[in-house]
Amino acid sequence: MAGQLHRRDVVAALLAPRTPDTLVIAGLGSSAWDVTASGDSDRNFCLVGGMGLTAIIGLGLARTQPNKNVLVITGDGDMLMGMGSLATVANVAPRNLSICVLDNELFGETGGQPTHTAGVTDLAAIAKGAGIPLTSTVRTEGELKTIVGSVHNEAGPQFHAIKIMHEELDSPKPPLDGGYTKDRFRIALLGEAAAVGGFRG
Amino acid sequence: MTKTDWPAQIFDVLRAQGITQVCHVPDAGHDRLITLCNAQNDMAVTTLTTEEEGVGLLAGAWLGGERGALLMQSSGVGNTINALALPAACQMPLLTIVSMRGEWGEGNPWQYPAGQGAPKALEAMGVAVFRANNAEDVAETVEAASKIAFSSNKQTAVLLSQRLIGAKSF
Repeated sequence: MAGQLHRRDVVAALLAPRTPDTLVIAGLGSSAWDVTASGDSDRNFCLVGGMGLTAIIGLGLARTQPNKNVLVITGDGDMLMGMGSLATVANVAPRNLSICVLDNELFGETGGQPTHTAGVTDLAAIAKGAGIPLTSTVRTEGELKTIVGSVHNEAGPQFHAIKIMHEELDSPKPPLDGGYTKDRFRIALLGEAAAVGGFRG
Repeated sequence: MTKTDWPAQIFDVLRAQGITQVCHVPDAGHDRLITLCNAQNDMAVTTLTTEEEGVGLLAGAWLGGERGALLMQSSGVGNTINALALPAACQMPLLTIVSMRGEWGEGNPWQYPAGQGAPKALEAMGVAVFRANNAEDVAETVEAASKIAFSSNKQTAVLLSQRLIGAKSF
């Protein structure tokens, strides 16, 4: 059943408690626009391609920054393309990684064709089956409030499928130059020297 | 003449290059190297479900300040193609070491298409491809590819010839 929550409100709620120790990886398309609408940050890495890779990029970051809280925010289409990565995440089991899927049950950037979650597929059940210990499907404001607390305060890995409605919204773009976004992120996290080729962090 | 222990030499190069993240879809040709990496406490080794995950994982690791290497078989190269846009578009380093099938004396005809196509597919996506045909060349080839990757934010691949690894018969 399609969701009733508004995606921009969901992302704003997820990001409201963020601190400088919160690192965000946003999946391509609407998720990246949502995260950008909540405020551009040098501690956001917004994808404008690389479909299917958002969660596993989050895993790579979480493994190398165990004292930071890594939050992946992406869509159902991106997550469906990278479902194997849930098994990899679960087996590595980083305590500092949360994956939140904004699930509107359709491919929003390409004409609104239904995804598998509009049919019989249950992403939270897949995450649980992959071995992720804390999973949920979120449909209400109350459930959203619970997982916002969980994402920022409880150990991961955790996975939340958040059922949202389909909306036609503006598209506030993050920087589209990936080299710039990458350098900006690394400088914020690792210092100025991280922009120089060959830097060993 | 003693046989060159090239997997151990690759391991030494990875250590010397400061590589701390190793990920793989395993291949018999990489078995000894994976075992060496697993035994190293300050190396994080991740088993992947598909090779494209490795491209994403190492991009995330680079964002976090660590160097990595992706180990895979030539049949896995095809799985990485669209993922290779990520390090290309973001000017991130990528070092992958590919054990080749589908070439020298291959006994499994199903390996030929991906084996023959692997170097072309990598080059089509902008990856600089290096090849080691002899055991004596392996270490310096991996070192050269690693230096280019991490000093130039470039994507590089080292192909380990099937002649080096030994043909597998079916």
